[in-house]
Amino acid sequence: MSLIHLRNISRCYQMGAETIHALRDVSLEIQRGEYVAIMGPSGSGKSTLMNLIGCLDTPTAGHYELNGANVSEMDDNQLAEIRNREIGFVFQTFNLLSRSNALHNVELPLIYNGMAMEQRRRVALDALAQVGLADRVHHKPNELSGGQRQRVAVARALVNKPSLLLADEPTGNLDSRTGAEIMTLFEELSRKGNTLVLVTHEEDIAKHARRIIRLRDGLIASDEKQAAGPG
Amino acid sequence: MNSRRNWSFFFAELHESFSMALTALTAHKLRSALTLLGVLIGVFSIIVVMTAMRVLERNVENNLSQLGSRTFAIQKWPEVQFGNNSDWEKYWRRKNITLELGETVEKKATLASAVGIEGTFWGGQIQTRYAKTAPTVQLLGETTGSFEARNWTVEEGRIFNDNDVDDARDVCVLGAALAKSIFPFGSPVGNELKINGINYNVVGVLASKGASLGGNQDNFVIVPLTTALNRYGLRWNGLGILVQARTSAVYADCEEQVRGILRAARKVRPGAADDFELFSNDSLIEQFDKFTRAVRIGVVVVSSIALLAAGVGIMNIMLVSVTERTREIGVRRAVGAKRRNIMGQFIMEAVVLCEIGGVIGVVLGILGGNILAWFMKVPPAVPVDWSVLGLLICSIVGVIFGTYPAYKAANLDPIESLRYE
Repeated sequence: MSLIHLRNISRCYQMGAETIHALRDVSLEIQRGEYVAIMGPSGSGKSTLMNLIGCLDTPTAGHYELNGANVSEMDDNQLAEIRNREIGFVFQTFNLLSRSNALHNVELPLIYNGMAMEQRRRVALDALAQVGLADRVHHKPNELSGGQRQRVAVARALVNKPSLLLADEPTGNLDSRTGAEIMTLFEELSRKGNTLVLVTHEEDIAKHARRIIRLRDGLIASDEKQAAGPG
Repeated sequence: MNSRRNWSFFFAELHESFSMALTALTAHKLRSALTLLGVLIGVFSIIVVMTAMRVLERNVENNLSQLGSRTFAIQKWPEVQFGNNSDWEKYWRRKNITLELGETVEKKATLASAVGIEGTFWGGQIQTRYAKTAPTVQLLGETTGSFEARNWTVEEGRIFNDNDVDDARDVCVLGAALAKSIFPFGSPVGNELKINGINYNVVGVLASKGASLGGNQDNFVIVPLTTALNRYGLRWNGLGILVQARTSAVYADCEEQVRGILRAARKVRPGAADDFELFSNDSLIEQFDKFTRAVRIGVVVVSSIALLAAGVGIMNIMLVSVTERTREIGVRRAVGAKRRNIMGQFIMEAVVLCEIGGVIGVVLGILGGNILAWFMKVPPAVPVDWSVLGLLICSIVGVIFGTYPAYKAANLDPIESLRYE
């Protein structure tokens, strides 16, 4: 059974009198442990696809199963639970809580699954150590560099041991050197067996993935596997 | 999910809500301070007035508790008058309470264990060979029963006996403080003193009741009522009658009995109002409470309006806060916060804001109200009930006015809010 199982997914938005078909009848399987890049120009539906895969949104039509759970039928609370349990988000703009230190930012998902305080702290510290920020746990985001901030975000995404790491333009706000650092980190995470889905419009970034799915006008234009990326 | 996990869930959420509230509030100190000022003022005004009332009440209780328990008094004039003075003429027209009337009560009141008749006379100057007082010592005329009814105990010597009163002898009993000041070197009993130039024999000294509010309670001299009446005449305000019921159980009956005796003796028509005042400690305190009730209700109403206005201010600031933190809400939703988590967090923020204002308001209110206590030299009062109520109201205001902004926050679309600039 694949980790992500999308069957005939459509997503429409109502914009005034006009109906916009962001995704049209998309079917897609992603296996556990895969490293996938989703590419496409703006308006191609890649954000919509990411929101659906990330359980932030539900499809207008079609069937989505994540790790055996039927997401397409879930209500808001169940979606929140599955996001908490199964998905780690990494955003282009980091989206850290600016007034909280790195540790608290990483602890955030654990708070919502009700982990006890001491255990939470230990797990969060572990996650921060994993991304190489063991010495920065009490720094606030504005005291960290862009690369470090994104590492905190990665630690936050990993802390719940999700089955899927979903990164939306993770290097978009970073210079190429720190961007490369983050990509190396992803490489490493992938090697450790994490499932990664990367949404990007940059070819160099996508090249790191083992599989590239290209979207155009709400349809999958191509879906190709490639050998291990550079680096 | 087992119950232990449920609990830790609950506490994690609560703790997170609370720390989020504090972080949010400290991030905008001035804004938070201005917002909670409204609540602070509302709570302050309730607490300061309630504290002041408590202090006044205590003062009045202290001042009024001159009567022993089970004792009530009858006078032509009310003992204290709170509020309007319009009945002045009514009291003025009443017949005086005379010694004969008092004696009638003494004779007929079978439920009373003691009946005293007393009159207050003008301040006099007391002179002994050791000292001379200012001409302000209160002169009281009393009968034998007064001592029991007034709860006076003798420290030294004796109280009046019937002969002292019947024969209008020139004897006196001294208040403790007065005795000390005019006979500094030994027992006053058996010695002579001059009240406004006339010689009296000291037969006893009362035990001290302690210096209480507004001066010394024990600065008086007591002479037999008959002596005082012979010498100084009946004053315009007439005499007072003190009645002590045999037991607490017959207190009410005793009051009715005496009322009946007085009405019969003074020929009050059935159905007409009493032409005398009958009061006890309790009825005086009750009277004071009645007088202050209007003030208290007024304050509660005004403060409620202030708190309502403060609540609107809080709602306003919370709405701003929700808009400002749209992204944060998006992040929290993305990592697994449910709608109710977000809702709880924002309501908590409103409640914490209100409670900070409330606590400061209570503290300042208690301090403010007790300035009065300090001026009146009364022990300070802390209206615990009102403080708790005030804080409870703060929480309610927080919940009521925090709910709509919180609801708005909880229902933001996570995708939109993650993208919000």
